[in-house]
Amino acid sequence: MSDKQLATVAGSDTPAIQPRIDVFEDATGITLLADVPGANPESLELKVEGNNLTLEATVATTLPNDLESIYAEVRVPRYRHTFELSRELDAEHIDAVLKDGVLKLRIPKLAHAQPKRIAIQLG
Amino acid sequence: MYGTSMNFPGGIVGELERVSRELEALFGQPGSAQGIRASATGAFPPINIGTTPSSTEVFVFAPGVDPAKVDVVLDKGVLTISGERVDDVPVETEKLSVFRRQRFHGKFRRAITVPEDVDAEQVKATYRDGVLTISLKRTAAAQPKRISIV
Repeated sequence: MSDKQLATVAGSDTPAIQPRIDVFEDATGITLLADVPGANPESLELKVEGNNLTLEATVATTLPNDLESIYAEVRVPRYRHTFELSRELDAEHIDAVLKDGVLKLRIPKLAHAQPKRIAIQLG
Repeated sequence: MYGTSMNFPGGIVGELERVSRELEALFGQPGSAQGIRASATGAFPPINIGTTPSSTEVFVFAPGVDPAKVDVVLDKGVLTISGERVDDVPVETEKLSVFRRQRFHGKFRRAITVPEDVDAEQVKATYRDGVLTISLKRTAAAQPKRISIV
């Protein structure tokens, strides 16, 4: 019995699930955690266009050829989400790690945008 | 779908997204009756079930869990998957703001009934890329056999 990958159909109108995400920010940047179970680095695409960051990933779990679905809570094997990045973020230096279906993105703030303590000089 | 500003402090945008997700789950549900152990929409981890002539396949979408800490138990025709997903979001402080928290953190338990003809000695569970695949082979006697006409 041979296995097959779930079909990957291109096109931004293809139905996709918005992955659940956690987002938090500290002084040096923003961290984003996205649940994309079934995605691997080959099936994940990250794009920055202008101020927008888009993540798109397909579920790459191999399925038996003769599998018939009888119950599905995950109805579409594709995740997609677009974020607008504010201008103080450095979109050229995004760090992405995908492990066990969790995508962790680290987007640093541009150096000049990081909070700086300004020393007050006595005149 | 318009992009979402990452600096928007959670609140109503997060709530609208959660509602739209639940509507999508609701209207997408199969029309047939749900099992008595079926969970409310949005339960973690989501599950898909399929069958082949020789097995039942259960796909548990559980990203970011330690497979060593997940219990998969088959008892009297009920398959139970339980475990815990450790919270990996730092605590909010004056130096750190948390804008969105949609991911599930904490203990989970899902239970589904499986057909009676499952061979309990031949259950295989593998965890890859956040998906726990449980393959339940049917007993040899239960598999469909082609009978040739002499």
